[in-house]
Amino acid sequence: MSAVADKYKVLQDLGVEVISVSVDSHFVHKMWNDNELVKMVEGGVPFHMASDQAGNIGKAFGVYDENQGIEMRGRFIIDPDGVIQAMEVLTPPVGRKFSETVRQVQAFQHVRASKGTEATPAGWEPGEPALKPNPDLVGNVWKVWKPSMEN
Amino acid sequence: MADQPQGCARVTGKPMGDSSPPAPGPETPELKKEMPMTARVGQKAPDFQAPAYYRGKFTSVKLSDYIGKWIMVCFYPGDFTFV
Repeated sequence: MSAVADKYKVLQDLGVEVISVSVDSHFVHKMWNDNELVKMVEGGVPFHMASDQAGNIGKAFGVYDENQGIEMRGRFIIDPDGVIQAMEVLTPPVGRKFSETVRQVQAFQHVRASKGTEATPAGWEPGEPALKPNPDLVGNVWKVWKPSMEN
Repeated sequence: MADQPQGCARVTGKPMGDSSPPAPGPETPELKKEMPMTARVGQKAPDFQAPAYYRGKFTSVKLSDYIGKWIMVCFYPGDFTFV
């Protein structure tokens, strides 16, 4: 959470808005932000911290754990049409890697900008060549991309 | 964004199509019948509305208000946890 808040500017520059969700009340969100997160992130959390005390939203997204009454670490990238393009769900003790989220956003934005005519190979980073699926590419991906190109 | 009046009811977020009876209180979300409630890549995200804390104010946030923008929804286990 604080990792995302700290790098919010990066997401803003990519035109990405953020909503965080947990089963805590919005009152607890305020206390956490005002008393702890503000000491980690200058100015505190810059996006909406939503409250889902009954787990209803978590259930709809498939991340609610009824045994523990909490929500798993679930990160969903949703495109301007409201379609989920990526989801990553982790159990609580391991945090996500922010740079991978940014890479995925950039890759999905690249594909969208190409109107679906391009696809990004494994490990693709902005500036690297993307693939243009067409009949001639079938069986010939090896000519333009190899696993060793992934850094 | 307007500051909303705060009641003592246990408010919560909910999907827009949820038909369960709404809790009393000013934050009770509008309900409307809509899409099925499952999240899959390549499918529409379940719309939801929830009470929220945002830049010093209590407000409410609705996913579909952001149609036209890229959006990242992040769930996490709880406030004051460590990771």
